Amino acid sequence: MTAVPTGRREVLYFALRNGKLLAGLAVLVPLLVLAAVAPLIAGDDPNAYVAAPASPPSAGNWFGTTMFGQDVFAQFAHGLRVTFLVGVLGGGLAGLVGMVIGFVAGYRGGLVDEVLNMLTNIVLVLPALAVLLIVNAYLGVRSVGVQALFIGLTSWPWAARAIRAQTFSLRSRDFVDLARLSGVRTWRIITREIAPNMSSYLFMTFILLFGGSILIAASLDFIGLGPSQGVSLGLMLNNAARWNALHLGLWWWFVPPGAGITAIVGALYVMNVGLDEVFNPKLREL
Amino acid sequence: MLRLEGVTKTYRVGAFGGRTLTAVDDVSFDLAPGEVVSLIGESGSGKTTLGKMVLGLLAPSSGSITLDGVPARPGKGYYRHVQGVFQDPFSCYNPVFKADRVLRMLKEQYFPEVAADEWDGRIEESLEAVRLDPGQVLGRYPHQLSGGQLQRLLIARALLLDLRYLVADEITSMLDASTRIDVLNLLADLKVRGLGVLFVTHDLSLGNYISERAVVLHRGRVVEAGPTELVFGNPLHPYTIRLLSAVPRLTARWDGDPGAFDVSAPGDPGDPGAPAASGDDGTQGPTTLVEAEPGHLVRRDETASLRSTR
Amino acid sequence: MTLRVNDLRVHYRTLRGEVKALGGVTFDVGDGEILGLAGESGCGKTTLGKSLIRMDGRMRLAGGSAELDGRELPLGDDRRMNAFRFKEVSLVPQYSMSAMNPTRKIGKMVAELLASRGERLDTGELHRRLDLVELPRDVLTRYPIELSGGMKQRMVMVISTLLDPSLLIADEITSALDVSTQKAVARTLAEFRDRGFVRSMIFITHDISLTYQIADTIMIMYAGRLAEKAPASVIVSEPRHPYTRLLISSLPEVGVRYAERRLSGIPGRPPSLLDPPAGCRFRDRCPLAFDRCAEEPPAVEVAPGHHVACWKEA
Repeated sequence: MTAVPTGRREVLYFALRNGKLLAGLAVLVPLLVLAAVAPLIAGDDPNAYVAAPASPPSAGNWFGTTMFGQDVFAQFAHGLRVTFLVGVLGGGLAGLVGMVIGFVAGYRGGLVDEVLNMLTNIVLVLPALAVLLIVNAYLGVRSVGVQALFIGLTSWPWAARAIRAQTFSLRSRDFVDLARLSGVRTWRIITREIAPNMSSYLFMTFILLFGGSILIAASLDFIGLGPSQGVSLGLMLNNAARWNALHLGLWWWFVPPGAGITAIVGALYVMNVGLDEVFNPKLREL
Repeated sequence: MLRLEGVTKTYRVGAFGGRTLTAVDDVSFDLAPGEVVSLIGESGSGKTTLGKMVLGLLAPSSGSITLDGVPARPGKGYYRHVQGVFQDPFSCYNPVFKADRVLRMLKEQYFPEVAADEWDGRIEESLEAVRLDPGQVLGRYPHQLSGGQLQRLLIARALLLDLRYLVADEITSMLDASTRIDVLNLLADLKVRGLGVLFVTHDLSLGNYISERAVVLHRGRVVEAGPTELVFGNPLHPYTIRLLSAVPRLTARWDGDPGAFDVSAPGDPGDPGAPAASGDDGTQGPTTLVEAEPGHLVRRDETASLRSTR
Repeated sequence: MTLRVNDLRVHYRTLRGEVKALGGVTFDVGDGEILGLAGESGCGKTTLGKSLIRMDGRMRLAGGSAELDGRELPLGDDRRMNAFRFKEVSLVPQYSMSAMNPTRKIGKMVAELLASRGERLDTGELHRRLDLVELPRDVLTRYPIELSGGMKQRMVMVISTLLDPSLLIADEITSALDVSTQKAVARTLAEFRDRGFVRSMIFITHDISLTYQIADTIMIMYAGRLAEKAPASVIVSEPRHPYTRLLISSLPEVGVRYAERRLSGIPGRPPSLLDPPAGCRFRDRCPLAFDRCAEEPPAVEVAPGHHVACWKEA
């Protein structure tokens, strides 16, 4: 075996040699790039009527057009932007809330744990859609940001419970006691000792929350509670379903957004398995 | 002087904390620099709970622990002088980091101002004190090292501080016989250099080998305490006598006493942790520690007159 | 002769290659004999015990054979071994606490177990044996969770000897117990032998002082090979193999005053069994090693019943 670098560069060393991680990135990075450059290559308005309706893929419209003559590729590229944004914001917020509550409840235990657990359970049983209907009726805000905020604030409970359970079992390990004997403060013990032990687990949680946010956003779009402007992969799918694209044989309308969602979530999952191997020194040697 | 006075730990158990369980009951003894005190007990005796209280990892329900007359408070100041090593060396290391991180953690917390070169020198010195080869342990992951190496590295870590007292909780029970004695000898070397060691163990032969004084715990209470040669050579409490007769030896086979199966079901009042009301420690009713001979304490019935010593 | 093991070799499959956990061991266990099998972690004692009753999926019989009461044990054939398990060879596992089905009452479990072996339950005999280990007879109507650790241990001991097997293997069954319980359990095992519940026994432990208390013969293993085998009192008082000598002299004893006298350990570590070195496997740590040790020392009978695998003794 060649010399292995140490410290932070060591993680990078193993990361760059991990097939699963690289395969996941190979799918994810092009989609991210496409989302980033969407306005440059697909125009500013994805909903413009640009060509003959319901035409199959061609040189002029790579992914064909919708029943109304909108370019599917332009919608796909712009939809990716919104989808990534909702996933990152919604999943990120849910992950953050879930981590803070899960770590504190699991590490402190006792009364703190019971109060936080009660809060978690209350949010868990809230009928999310009903709450959104009410919020929407009163506030009437329909931006992507508000949608992400709502998703983030309602989807953290299971993450909090899972992280709490993991923290609880790690807390009793002797290395936590040893860190305390080294004078390390509680928050640092959580972030520097406990969290790294579950880094792949946390990443997995984020992936699931990310994927979940995308799917919730798509459902909200369908019942008319999505952003009133723009387009997302979920909106595309639901438009295709609404106008019977499947029956009419317009497969190019629903395949790209469906494949896009599947590819993003699938790639993140494969990356997660790879990251587990990168972070866990014992798995590296096998 | 590390002094424990009337240290007690009770837990609330059962639905709504309706019952209390006394894990450690009114324990007092002290530990001087340059001496090893063995804390001997079977499972459920409260010995590990007591060790954790000395280390400030658990708070006593009542009683006091003082270091040179100052109440022990968990924190940087206290841990500069009082440190611990635990039973399972593999559990003491964060598996995702390299083993020497336990040393770096001390530098970050206690010696941020020390230059890297000087720090490396200090590490080398303390590794030498525990007879570890730096090349063999630094930069390795915990699972690449043996249990003995990991245990020594933890002792080396403690030596980087201005260490005066060490709580060693069953530190050799996961080690093989041929390496176990080396770790014990290492503690004996440190003792000569002025370290006070609280040696927590269930293994009487180890306690006999290494300590000046022994404290025998049974169900949270001290049943016998004193100089090792008196406690082991002239045991007075029935529990100590039974324990000693059950220890397998190489020089003699067991006598006629059949030993005792544990008969308590889980959750019974007789469960480890609960103080015995009667029976097992051979006493009934209120008991007290009596000085049977100079320095040799034994738990006796308050009412019973002093039985003659052997 | 109850058990005769001949040049038994067992390998473990791992991702890094085959670990030669047992590298050719030959020994006998006689009628009514308790053989204490002792050694440090990784010496192959547990592998030996396991291979005589059930190889797990990672184990492979690489050579050798075992005979019980004159019949060859089909060690490598998991299905044919079934006919022997429990009836002829039985095991008390290390974690007997978790060896019982938690959803069955104990009495029912015992009846089912016997039925699966085509045997009928002799309730009177079962009760007599429960009395012997001081278990109340109503444990049979309880669930395993209602028993303490020590009670489960005794229950498993009773169950595994119920069909009076020829050979009982007890693997580290006392290492998680307190000293007084340990004594009671070890004595009960010896009593099972005295009463003929088991014909012979292999008592596996890392604790030589403990095995000396009940074993007739002690076999010391090192790195997958036999180092020395002799009557128990000979092993502790006149060991001949350098490893046995160093090991025994590293054990502190209750009832001895040490004061300033120090014992010493054995420097070094056992060799990796992925690719074990040729010759004597203790050579690297042995103070007496010389040129000849590059060859593998055979186990030689230096006195009646006393086998030593060392060139210095051959």
